[in-house]
Amino acid sequence: MIAFLIKRLFHALLVMFVISIIAFAIQDNLGDPIQQMVGQSVPESEREALREQLGLNDPFVVQYLRFAGNALQLDFGYSYIFNEPTTEVIARHLPATLELVFATSLLIVLFSVPIGVYSAIRPRAWLSRLFMGVSIIGISIPVFLTAIMLIQLFAIGVSWSPFPADTGWGAWLNDLVSTEGGMPAYGRGRPVPVFGTWATNFASLEGLTYLVLPAISLASIMLPLFIRLIRAEMLEVLQSEYVKFARAKGIPLRRIYFIHALKNTMLPVITMGGVQIGTLVAYTILTETVFQWPGMGLMFLNAIQRSDVPLIITYLMIVGLIFVITNTLVDLIYGLVNPTVKLTGKPA
Amino acid sequence: MTLKKTLLASVIGAAMTTAVLPSVASAETTLRMAYDADPVSLDIHEQLSGGILQLSHMTFDPLVRWTQDLSFEPRLATGWEQVDDTTMRMTLREGVEFHSGNPFTAKDVVWTVERLKRSPDFKALFEPVESVTAIDDTTIEITTREPYPLLLNLATYIFPMDSAFYSGTDADGDPKDEIVKNGNSFASAHLSGTGPFTVVEHQKGTRMEFERFDGYWDDESPGNVDHIVHTPISENATRVAALLSGDVDFIAPVPPNDLERVREDDDVQLVTMSGTRIIIFHMNQARVEAFQDPRVRQAFVYAINQEGIADRLMKGFATPAAQFSPKGYAGHVESLEPRYDLEKAKQLMEEAGYAEGFEISMMAPNNRYVNDAKIAQAVAAMLARINVTVDLKTLPKAQYWGEFDDRAADMMMIGWHADTEDSANFHEYLTACPDADSGAGQYNASNYCNPALDKLVAEANLEVDLEKRAEMLQQVEQTLHDEAAVVPLHWQDLAWASADNVMIEPILNVMNFPYLGDLVIKQE
Repeated sequence: MIAFLIKRLFHALLVMFVISIIAFAIQDNLGDPIQQMVGQSVPESEREALREQLGLNDPFVVQYLRFAGNALQLDFGYSYIFNEPTTEVIARHLPATLELVFATSLLIVLFSVPIGVYSAIRPRAWLSRLFMGVSIIGISIPVFLTAIMLIQLFAIGVSWSPFPADTGWGAWLNDLVSTEGGMPAYGRGRPVPVFGTWATNFASLEGLTYLVLPAISLASIMLPLFIRLIRAEMLEVLQSEYVKFARAKGIPLRRIYFIHALKNTMLPVITMGGVQIGTLVAYTILTETVFQWPGMGLMFLNAIQRSDVPLIITYLMIVGLIFVITNTLVDLIYGLVNPTVKLTGKPA
Repeated sequence: MTLKKTLLASVIGAAMTTAVLPSVASAETTLRMAYDADPVSLDIHEQLSGGILQLSHMTFDPLVRWTQDLSFEPRLATGWEQVDDTTMRMTLREGVEFHSGNPFTAKDVVWTVERLKRSPDFKALFEPVESVTAIDDTTIEITTREPYPLLLNLATYIFPMDSAFYSGTDADGDPKDEIVKNGNSFASAHLSGTGPFTVVEHQKGTRMEFERFDGYWDDESPGNVDHIVHTPISENATRVAALLSGDVDFIAPVPPNDLERVREDDDVQLVTMSGTRIIIFHMNQARVEAFQDPRVRQAFVYAINQEGIADRLMKGFATPAAQFSPKGYAGHVESLEPRYDLEKAKQLMEEAGYAEGFEISMMAPNNRYVNDAKIAQAVAAMLARINVTVDLKTLPKAQYWGEFDDRAADMMMIGWHADTEDSANFHEYLTACPDADSGAGQYNASNYCNPALDKLVAEANLEVDLEKRAEMLQQVEQTLHDEAAVVPLHWQDLAWASADNVMIEPILNVMNFPYLGDLVIKQE
C-alpha cells in the first residue's frame, strides 16, 4: 500500500516535470507577454528593457533551469496579470472550481444511479425511453449552448404566447411555456468565507442559487453519459448467471437489484468516473467562461489570452497533479469495492 | 437581498474610509456595472490603456477633461494662459482634498508630472514637457522644450496624485512611488486621488467596489451614485445577459451581434457613438514590389468596399473611412469619401501592368477588434475581383503582435487610437518613415516613407497657431489619401447600454471615459 502511494508520488512528479518542459517549450507560441503589459504606443526600447528585466531574453535552458530551481522550492514565479505568486492566484481560484465540480458531481451521482438502474430494470417502460431520448439530446448539445439557453430561460426569462391569452386555458398554457427568469446569470455572488482563500456557496440559499445554472450546464454532458453507462452495465449484469441463480433461489428482487447487481455494475463506473472528473475540470473552462464563474477555468482562459506564461505553466502542472491524485483515489476505491484486485499488481 | 448587500457594503465602506458617516443612509444608490475587463492595477501610471484611464476618471480628476464635443472643460485647473511660446501658466482649483484628507496643491501636480516622465508607458507622451514648476500653492507653470500646441491635450492625462500619500517607503522598505510592471508596489494596491470615488475593494478579475468620496470638491456635479460594484464580464453573451436579466445596470462594450437585441428590449437603453479608432490595412512596400507603385495601392483602395463592410459586416456599427482623422480632429478633411469603384481599380491595375494580378499574404488578429477576422476575409474576397490572390491567416491577438512586429505578411491589419486625440499621432506611428532609433513609424507596416510629410508634421507640432496647424495636418491627410499610403477601412463605433433609469447618455464620450462621478440614476 505504502509502496503503491510512493510510486504514485513519483508518477505525479514525473507528470509535472514533463508538463513543465512541454509548457516551457511552447511558450514562444503563447504570444509576447510584454505586448500585454504595455500600451500600444510604448517605444521598442522600453519594451526591450522590460524584457531584459524579466529575463525573457535568456536562452531556453537558462530560463528553464531558473524556473525548475525555483519550482523545487515551491516558487512557481509571478503571474504577469495578477502581479502575485502564481500559486496564490491559483489557490484563490481553486475553491470556486472545486465547488462547481463538487456540485456537478453531486447532481450526477444523485440522478445517474436511480435513472440508470430504473431504465435497466424496465427497459421498455415509456419513462425509460424518455430518459434515453433526453440523454441523447444532452450529449449532443455543446456545453456553452446549454449554458446560454439556461441563461435565456431562467435568468432573463422568455414570454411566449402561442395560445389565446384571453381564454383561461390559453393563459394557463402560456404561463406554462413562458419562464420568469430571475436566476443569477453570472458570477458567484458573495460567497461566505470559510478559511484562507476558501469561500463557499453552500452556506446560504442565495449562494446556492448562483451554483444552480452552472452546475446543471456542466452536468448536462456528463450526466447522460453516466446514465447510459450505468444502464448498459446493469443490463449486462442482469443477464449474468449469478443473478439468474439468485432469482431462481427466490431472493427478493429489490435485494438482487440493489445489493448484488448494483455492486458489480459500479466497478467500471468508478473507473470511468475518476477519469471523467479530470475531464470535468477541462469542461469548467467553457462553463466558467459563459457564467463568468471566478474559478480556475476562467483564470486559465484569461491567462492564455494575455500570454501570462508563468500562470499557464503552473495551472497545467496543477491540473496534471489533480489527474494523478484522482486516478490514485480511483484505484484505492476500486480495491475496496473489488478485493480481488491487488494494488501492487501481484497476482492474487 | 439588494438592501442587505447595500447595508453590508456601506458598513465596510465606513470602516475602510474612516470617514464618519452621519448615519447609514437608507436611500443609497448603487450602480452595478460590468465592463469586459477590470483595470490591471490601481497605479494609474503603470499602463497607458483604456481600462487604467477609466479608473483614473473615477478615482482622480484630470487638470482638464474632454467634453462630448471634443473641447476642454476645466477640472482641477480652473484657468490657463500662454505666457510665451513655450510656457503655459495654469491656475489650480482651491479647496480640493485628496481621499486621504491631504489638501491638493501645486506641488502635487509637479510631483505627478515628474512621475509620469518616469513611467515607461507615459514618458513618450510627456517627452515635450521640459519641466513643471509651482509658482505658489495654486499656480503652476508648464515649460515645453519647444513650442507645443497640444499642451491641453496632454493636460487631460495629468491626474494629480496625492504626493504626501505616495511618498516614503512601504512595509517592505520599497519606495511608495515606484512604478512596477510585474510585481507588487505600494501604488498598485493603494490609491488616494481627488476623484468622486474611493476604492473600497479590489479582487482582481472578479470584483471591484467603489464608494462616493465624502469630501469630493465638485458640489455642482449632478451625480447621485453612492456606491459602485464593478464585476468584469469578459464573455460578450454573458455581459448582455447580465444586463437583460437585471443583474447589472450598465455594461460596455455592447457586442455588435447583440445590438438589435439590446435596442429592442423595453427596459434597457442603448447608446452608440462613432468612435475614433481607425481600422486600416498596411500594404508592405518592402515585401511586395508592386506596392511601391502608387497606382497599385490606389487600385487596392478602389477595390475595397468600405461602406459594404460597415453596413453589412459591422451592421452599421462602424463609420466608413477614407482617412485617419475622425470628425472633430484637426486634420479631418471633410471632402474625403470612400472611393469604392471596381472598374477604376481594374483599370489602375492594368495601367500598372498587373492586370493578371499577383499573390500576397495577409494577416489579421481574430479577437482584437470588432469582427476583425471577418473583415479580413471580406477584404480578401474583394481583392480577388482584381485578380489578387490572398493567402489569409488570422491569429489571436496574443500571437498577432509578435508577427506584426516582424512584418510577417504583405498586408497586415491594425487599429489605432491617437492617445493625444490629435491627427499628427496617426502619422507619427503609422505612416512616418520607419526609424528604429527615434521610434518613428513604429507601426508602419507599409514601410511607406515620404520625408516631405514627416517634415510637415514636425513643423505642425511646433505650430501654436491652431488654425494654421490644422491646415498643415489636413494637407498630410490629403497627401496620404492621394498616394493611398494605406487602406483605411472604418472607425469602429462605441456602444454602451444601461437600465432605463440610469442616465448614461450625458456622461459618455468618444474617448470611452464615462464620467461616472456625474452619473444620475433616476429613483422610481
